[in-house]
Amino acid sequence: MKMTMIQKLAPFAAVAALTLGVAFSSAPAQAEGGENPGLKHVAWSFDGPFGTYDRSELRRGYKVYKEVCSTCHSMNLVHFRNLSEKGGPEFSEAEVKALAAGYQVQDGPNEQGEMFERPGKQSDPFPAPYPNEEAARAALGGAYPPDMSLLVKAREGGASYIYSILTGYTTPPAGAEAVPAGLHYNAAFPGNHIAMPQPLNEGQVDYDDGTPNTLDQEAKDVSAFLAWASEPKLEQRHRLGFQVMVFLIVLSGLLYTVVRKVWSDQH
Amino acid sequence: MSGHSTYKPSNGFTKWIDSRLPIVRLVHDAGVSYPTPKNLNYWWTFGGILTLCLGIQIITGIVLAMHYIPQTDLAFASVEHIMRDVNYGWLLRYVHANGASMFFIAVYVHMFRGLYYGSYKAPREILWILGVLIYVLMMASAFFGYVLPWGQMSFWGATVITNLFSAIPVVGQSISTWLWGGYAIGDPTLNRFFSLHYLFPFLIVGVVVLHIWALHVTGQNNPTGVEPKGDKDTVPFTPYATAKDALGMSLFLILFAYFVFFNPLGLGDVANSEIANPLKTPPHIVPEWYLLPFYAILRAVPDKLGGVLLMFSAIAVLFVLPWLDTSKVRSARFRPIYKQFFWLHLIVCIGLGWCGAQTPDLVITHVGSAESGINFTVTHLARILSFYYFFHFIILFPLLGLIEKPKPLPESISASVLGTAKS
Repeated sequence: MKMTMIQKLAPFAAVAALTLGVAFSSAPAQAEGGENPGLKHVAWSFDGPFGTYDRSELRRGYKVYKEVCSTCHSMNLVHFRNLSEKGGPEFSEAEVKALAAGYQVQDGPNEQGEMFERPGKQSDPFPAPYPNEEAARAALGGAYPPDMSLLVKAREGGASYIYSILTGYTTPPAGAEAVPAGLHYNAAFPGNHIAMPQPLNEGQVDYDDGTPNTLDQEAKDVSAFLAWASEPKLEQRHRLGFQVMVFLIVLSGLLYTVVRKVWSDQH
Repeated sequence: MSGHSTYKPSNGFTKWIDSRLPIVRLVHDAGVSYPTPKNLNYWWTFGGILTLCLGIQIITGIVLAMHYIPQTDLAFASVEHIMRDVNYGWLLRYVHANGASMFFIAVYVHMFRGLYYGSYKAPREILWILGVLIYVLMMASAFFGYVLPWGQMSFWGATVITNLFSAIPVVGQSISTWLWGGYAIGDPTLNRFFSLHYLFPFLIVGVVVLHIWALHVTGQNNPTGVEPKGDKDTVPFTPYATAKDALGMSLFLILFAYFVFFNPLGLGDVANSEIANPLKTPPHIVPEWYLLPFYAILRAVPDKLGGVLLMFSAIAVLFVLPWLDTSKVRSARFRPIYKQFFWLHLIVCIGLGWCGAQTPDLVITHVGSAESGINFTVTHLARILSFYYFFHFIILFPLLGLIEKPKPLPESISASVLGTAKS
């Protein structure tokens, strides 16, 4: 039995199959108790190797974040300037300047050694609603709303998890554990009892582009915005990845012929 | 590096160099004229792939270190600064983080290839031991590196691992304190881990040089396990092996690029995208995938010290494999019984990895009647698999060599190549 050259390369297929098999089977298994039963899978525009963000979706999502989420949640890693960068909501620079100027931020000290307030600039990070964790807990009955910059990457299920939480407020099913005072029932939250009251409601945020403001739409838009916030270079990554893949596949093809040529006097 | 040299300086300048520092001769002998068995299959390209992985880790790591801050209040933010603001920082970081996983994939392939073809046997014992040493250094480097982004799993993984040393009687707690540089994991710990994470790859480079040196003294093993009997059985490293290695690397890089560009978090844990919080224990602390089999062995033992000892023994046993194996035949191709146990052992190692990723109390199946039976949990499975892991090396390795009747070995490598061509 003489192996063909392609058969000889089977080790790479075996290694790739095993690696991919482990990568795809282990992620939900590592989360306690397997897949979250309340998770609703959404088909996102940024899924898959060619996925990109939907600009209008991100812009609407920013509005939901600004008007609703940002009253309790910080987003310390995102700066106003990011809003006009390529691969994001791509607001114009003028729009971003105006957005930033809508906030008063503390700066200083000035030459007199005093801190002062000034309008926000593009280089400022999104202002946080509370000066520190203690202040947030004191104001919110002991609960601490997590920083949202990386929330999508820090939760099993990603953007779909955020969407599922936002649309997961229901009346507890019959026979469910009583919800402790101060907590709320949520089908997607691990343990089902969440401190955050339902943040988003039908018709809450008025969209500038006339999109109907259903709860489903608002939840989707803000989840997509948070996905961008945690992975702002996704489009650049996908684009470069495609080029690298094409390069490597062509290179492998060329090397394949090189190997055949080099070894032709040995068979 | 050994044996007679075929290098001939071609002009006055290279002659002048050669009689003062024969570095061109060294490269020529090691990388061009070095005879390699002509029947090497593609499992043998993983040595070159590992060298590539090491190079990628060092280069990306050095650049990342230019932007990283080893301080508990700033580490997490500095990594995000790399991801968001440094030009191609996201690429450097994803290549480095996934590069660690790719490095381990390649090293496991390389090690199991050695186990299958008996590459650890005389005269390659030192070659094998150096390899195991590299593997241990890799695990230490990976552990230090995983702590640096200062995510939740970084912190709690470091807590679990450094606490292992506190299981040592009498001096254990003092050792943990000494490792931390304080009474808990904090700035001194992060700083020393960063320092060591920068140092270890260069230790690995040193041992890799010795590993390659030893390889060039004994020559490569090959799929038949029969030593080459002259020029008919070998081909010069360049162009024959270099061409195959290049193809192997290119194919491996496709898998690498898939993870970097299209699934960069697929091999990681979501908890590490959350900043370390010493007051909030994650529901489920797990190490990275490549350490999971050892984690399963650790947890399989009810006693902490016992678990730690058994876990370290699982690595230590690899050092003495050359002397545990009594078989005169190297390659599993000619060892019908060992061949089956080899695959069983591979499945056991993957099974241990699976156990390491699960919660120990997870019920796999219920044995016996509904009322009086017992729940068969991950811990039970991990105990059975751990037992087999050691049974394989300590009992089967010496025993099989005595009871197994090997198939007839080919005369030589070229005889085997021609033989398979005919059949």
